[in-house]
Amino acid sequence: MTAAATLPRPLDVASIRGDFPILSRKVHGRDLVYLDSANTSQKPTAVLDAMDRYYRQSNANIHRATHLLSEEATRAYEGARETARRFVNARSTREIVFVRGTTEAINLVASGFTWKHVKEGDEILVSGLEHHSNIVPWQILCERTGAALRVIPIDDAGDLILEEAERLISPRTRLVAVSHVSNALGTINPVREIIRLAHAQGVPVLVDGAQAAPHLAIDVQDLDADFYAFSGHKMCGPTGIGVLYGKEAWLEKLPPYQGGGDMIASVTFEKTTYNALPYRFEAGTANIAGGVGLAAAMDYLLGVGLDRIAAHEHELLVYGTERLQAISGVRLVGTARQKAGVLSFLLGDVHPHDIGTVLDQEGIAIRTGQHCAQPVMDRYGIGATARASFALYNTREDIDALVRGLAKVQELFS
Amino acid sequence: MSDLRELYQEVILHHNKSPRNFGTLEDANRRADGHNPLCGDRLSLGLKVVDGRIEDVRFSGSGCAISKASASLMTEAVKGRKAEEADALFHRFHELLTGPPDVKVDGKELGKLAVFAGVREFPVRVKCATLAWHTLEAALAGGETASTETP
Ligand SMILES: Cc1ncc(COP(=O)(O)O)c(C=O)c1O
Repeated sequence: MTAAATLPRPLDVASIRGDFPILSRKVHGRDLVYLDSANTSQKPTAVLDAMDRYYRQSNANIHRATHLLSEEATRAYEGARETARRFVNARSTREIVFVRGTTEAINLVASGFTWKHVKEGDEILVSGLEHHSNIVPWQILCERTGAALRVIPIDDAGDLILEEAERLISPRTRLVAVSHVSNALGTINPVREIIRLAHAQGVPVLVDGAQAAPHLAIDVQDLDADFYAFSGHKMCGPTGIGVLYGKEAWLEKLPPYQGGGDMIASVTFEKTTYNALPYRFEAGTANIAGGVGLAAAMDYLLGVGLDRIAAHEHELLVYGTERLQAISGVRLVGTARQKAGVLSFLLGDVHPHDIGTVLDQEGIAIRTGQHCAQPVMDRYGIGATARASFALYNTREDIDALVRGLAKVQELFS
Repeated sequence: MSDLRELYQEVILHHNKSPRNFGTLEDANRRADGHNPLCGDRLSLGLKVVDGRIEDVRFSGSGCAISKASASLMTEAVKGRKAEEADALFHRFHELLTGPPDVKVDGKELGKLAVFAGVREFPVRVKCATLAWHTLEAALAGGETASTETP
């Protein structure tokens, strides 16, 4: 990797920052330093404008009316589906189901598997790195079916132990549900390898891509993922919209999720037939503006280039890791071989919540707590961490500000 | 830093570092655990209540400076008091933390607890300051757990 020609062109971060209006606001009288993008990302003008334009110009319900506005709205929403297809390289838009977010996507699959495919004695396999939203739906499934939840353990660095995954995938396994990137530690999981292992035993895999979508180029065909879930709001899009990718053959096999308008082909009191994919899983009026905003976000990220974004964030990760490790008393939690832009850390015996409050007064936004991943915290025997997470608009200066803020924390709690 | 000094008063920093009545109370006859799922704080409280009076109290667990100092100062404040008095004190304390900024709370009855007045400016930290008190209520009511997330 020494040949400069193979490296992506560096980002013009100053110009990118100009695309995000919120980054110029003040917090407690200071310039905002936003290091909480793994929680939710900020939105570029392109997204805000697209949604505004939709509501001002084309707002109408979709798939239903004969008038021009409805036609425009339908085109915008179905255009968003095509953008999402392109974003993850799905074969067809029939494989792109719009949902509220990753959580709903996982619940949709879990609910489908509850009624079909899973029975007592079966097993669902998750990893020790999962967000609660990739644990609890499976626990509910287990409660309802009598199946058992199994967990691929992680090592001290925060890497999944692949040999354990191989051992745990068995003829009883009905599904493996694993995150592409861990929100708590930043670990990039070897999902392609896990999918290969699972498929060797005929087991389908759901990938929670909530933390991958904003940072890595995703190719569901190359991964051979059976399901891939992600949220718009973590990838510069609006809240309340996300995507469930599912292989057509799998989606065909799942029973409907919710009943209502749009998901049906015909309804009589005797018998209702369901609509074709993907509409069968989209009951009720959709989040149309959300879809429009999400498509604008995807276009924005694709326009900048996900390989360039990944390279930029990796550079920040390396720099941030170095700077934090140079502070006496800092302990990084999660030092996996491959990481996305997440620095989870502890500072002496100062509680993360106190770190967060002091940094906030400096205008620096980080997340503190369990990051909806209590089992990860328990694995390390800690209650909480402070977490700084990066997006394409972050800079080395943001990390310098964090380091200065941590000095203030140490001063106060010395 | 001035707002921060208002929040993190010397007394608070001190009790965070060296909490009073810290540990397990062997002859406790009331116990409860408190949990703040938002920040992962956990607290165990043991009380020895005789004839409605809190004769002894200890707490253990981990938490932020505000929750630890609040637990420490609470144990000092309620030791020797009747359960109803502790209730009334919590009520006052709660007013101190959540009242409108322009309404002054008479700190006299609160004694040392008045050092938490600065929390009012930091609404997200109110739950940290009240965790120990909610746990105390749960213990006095004969419950087992208190969570900051139950209304
Ligand atoms: C890895 C991971 N999975 C799932 C989720 C849930 O996403 P949402 O809340 O958008 O449904 C998150 C969000 O925090 C996450 O980080």
